[in-house]
Amino acid sequence: MKKGNPGRTRRDFLDSATRLIGAAGLVLAAGASVTHATTQSMLAAIKGVVGDAAVHKGKVKLEVPPLVENGNSVTTTVSVESPMTAEDYVKAIHVFNEKNPQPNIIGVRLGPHAGRAMFSTRIRLADSQKIIAIAEMSDGSFWSDETDVVVTMAACVEVL
Amino acid sequence: MSKLRRVRTCISLPTDSRIFTVRVLAALISALSLLPVRAATAGEIPAGERKSGYEFMSVETRTMQDDDAVNPGMLWVLEGKALWSRTVGEANKSCASCHTGASTTMKGVAARYPAFDKRLGRPIDLEQRINLCRTEQQKATPLPFEGREMLALAAFIGQQSRGMPIAVTDDERSKSFIEAGRTIFERRQGQLNLSCAQCHDDNWRGKLAGAPITQGHATGYPLYRLEWQAIGSLQRRLRNCLVGMRAEPYAIGAPEYVNLELFLMWRARGMPVETPAVRP
Amino acid sequence: MPRTLINVPARAKRGEVIEIKTLISHDMETGFRADNAGKTVPRDIISLFVASYNGVEIFRAELHPAIAANPFLSFTTVATESGRIDFTWTGDNGFAANETAQITVE
Repeated sequence: MKKGNPGRTRRDFLDSATRLIGAAGLVLAAGASVTHATTQSMLAAIKGVVGDAAVHKGKVKLEVPPLVENGNSVTTTVSVESPMTAEDYVKAIHVFNEKNPQPNIIGVRLGPHAGRAMFSTRIRLADSQKIIAIAEMSDGSFWSDETDVVVTMAACVEVL
Repeated sequence: MSKLRRVRTCISLPTDSRIFTVRVLAALISALSLLPVRAATAGEIPAGERKSGYEFMSVETRTMQDDDAVNPGMLWVLEGKALWSRTVGEANKSCASCHTGASTTMKGVAARYPAFDKRLGRPIDLEQRINLCRTEQQKATPLPFEGREMLALAAFIGQQSRGMPIAVTDDERSKSFIEAGRTIFERRQGQLNLSCAQCHDDNWRGKLAGAPITQGHATGYPLYRLEWQAIGSLQRRLRNCLVGMRAEPYAIGAPEYVNLELFLMWRARGMPVETPAVRP
Repeated sequence: MPRTLINVPARAKRGEVIEIKTLISHDMETGFRADNAGKTVPRDIISLFVASYNGVEIFRAELHPAIAANPFLSFTTVATESGRIDFTWTGDNGFAANETAQITVE
């Protein structure tokens, strides 16, 4: 079965992502041997949310099983460290993917009344790929977590 | 890509031996017909080693099955509960009209299906039983198999047996049908010349294209299959397998399916019902 | 009528953070699938879910086709006072569904 993208480590990816987000344009970091059409659209979608702001790694915990039995339904939980008070809370959480036909998965709006910055859902993943969750704080800062997921599927696919 | 490690040979009665005369053969066959269904033959999984498909799943998928607030199959169970009390047909009856509260009257029912029907002289599965009630008692049209309402009712009734041991027996009447089901299970078929037993009896510790090969026990039907993104019956799953094996599937509702379902439930006897299960 | 399954604790202590789980039946047709004739099946998804607690919005989720069929969403809220929690789902082709749960806060 297909495995995740070889050749790029998490560090490589995040380095180029943060450089990209800081830059004006959308040119993928030079020297990248792995260019996938939707990686660019994912970065564009992220830029649509964060604009030119820096995205810091941390505070966010993206929980997806590392090995998925069926890409049709993948349990995904995102939680963010935050006191969730009126002065300091998580405003929104966005989840993006790299290889589905579209980069967006879900966008969640929260407030201090949430008590905890957390939500859980089930998503579809078309292939083994990277998932990235970005939290927007009340002070305007952005924090993220990402994970690589290997997606397998049934050995015999149903033909109706 | 894992390869099948062993090739299973077909088990057969010693009818091909040339030293038996016809009379001895006839005596042997009548003697054999008095025996209960054959005990574990070579390759069949010993009772103590049987595992539900649940044990082959990831923690996340198991949680999806265990938590009723999260199990999508419960959406069908809820609908089945509503349908249970809905009056239909010319008789203007609901299931509840005769069977009152399902949590008492349906307790243990799904655990012993497919069951032998005296009038028809053969076993029928739960879906066929539901339709017999629909047409004969409620005077309503039969529900299409694999339709939303049928699956909802089967899921609701199945859930009333959840946790109970599967109780399909090999009594005198059912024996030959269980054997017929076993024959299908052990027969090589299709373009791949593969039998169910080769994977599910002999190679369940292995993998096929990255997916674990389970023992193929029908403990949780109708179940929510992630591949289907919906709930489905055992018959649907068997059709899936047959097509996957590149074999010709039987017509929908064919007695071969019921024989195979009966054999599978007998093979899983004693294992707890998990309806509505979740499987990848 | 779409089937829904809501899990809200019936009672909670004031200030307690409670978890709410929601399920709704919906195929979430992505719009990227082709039928047997090769024709693209048009997109038909739930695109928005909103939960309100005594009229105040407590959770909002914008869903995309990448959300699995029969969408499941769970989230938390602080139990403030007794009352109702309202859930609404809206989506393509005028899809709309709503549910309510009561909660007693002591």
